[in-house]
Amino acid sequence: MNAGISRKGEAMSVEYKDGLIELALHRDPCNEIGSQSLEELESFSESLQSLKQPAHALVIHSDLKCGFCAGADLRELYERSHAMVKDEAAKGVRDFLERIHRVLNVIDAAPMTTIAAVHGVTFGGGFELALACDLIIADKTARFAFPELRLGLIPGFGGIPRLKRDIGNAVVRDLLLTGRSFNTTKAQQIGLVSQVVAEGEALRAARATAAQLAKFDHQTAVTAKQFIKPVPYEELKREIDIFCDLFSRPAVQAGLKKFVQSTDAQPYLP
Amino acid sequence: MPTAEKTLDEILTLAAAHFKVPREKLSPDDDFFKTLGIDSLQALDLLTKLENHFRVELPDYELQGVTDFRTLAGKIQIRL
Repeated sequence: MNAGISRKGEAMSVEYKDGLIELALHRDPCNEIGSQSLEELESFSESLQSLKQPAHALVIHSDLKCGFCAGADLRELYERSHAMVKDEAAKGVRDFLERIHRVLNVIDAAPMTTIAAVHGVTFGGGFELALACDLIIADKTARFAFPELRLGLIPGFGGIPRLKRDIGNAVVRDLLLTGRSFNTTKAQQIGLVSQVVAEGEALRAARATAAQLAKFDHQTAVTAKQFIKPVPYEELKREIDIFCDLFSRPAVQAGLKKFVQSTDAQPYLP
Repeated sequence: MPTAEKTLDEILTLAAAHFKVPREKLSPDDDFFKTLGIDSLQALDLLTKLENHFRVELPDYELQGVTDFRTLAGKIQIRL
């Protein structure tokens, strides 16, 4: 049985039932990924690699109204890196990135069909978590963005290689270089989102899709996934290097400080 | 294409309904961050509602510095 994968953590909960694993994010204010979330994701990915029986699907979703995930915990990143000397901060960032990449690579290559059921804010690292999944099902409130350039960075959780894998380079450049957010309709037009549903219906649609997947031969589905969705390991490693090079620049610390200390009502507007 | 006044009126009605405030409390020149008591993430939520309603795509960087309904309506009107 796979019941051992089920757990309730501070940042997320995992449930297993009848071949379907559901990972629910629930860390206030909007599922920002910091050290606590990373530890729980690592624990989850270890469980995913040691399932006693095959699961046919994994659905990742958020229990919070604000959305799927607002990305990396920038406050924690700033406070931790600010408290360290420069070399220690750089090492800490690289370590964090390598750990989150290991987790997302496991989800990306998981021997089951993975579905991100998203709504609301799906930014930065949250968008990257969704991109690691095989399918994205979004409700009409979902909004996607890679705002990292505003901080003098690039996405660091595998966003660019995975976006390049899924859509055309011109669209990647638009989303990355403008840092603009876009809605579900646009996301479906560019081929990122497979299903658009009414507000609040993404999880239900993901479960219905998972039920359909359960009808197929598991090994055939895994083989098909491996064939059509290679994990871009080399580019992912390169992304970590580029991110770390950029992170060492003073402009990044200034950008993080501005974001963290902002009392502006518009810090998420590029 | 709807008139600018109609677009503005629809925005006010949508904002009132979405954030559950009486329509009559909203005026075209209100600072919507203050009047609605919203932050930037909620403003993006409103933008999504407006994009879906008017079937337009409005890059959010065009909203930088926009705080009143009338200017917002103008940004949408030129994309209808």
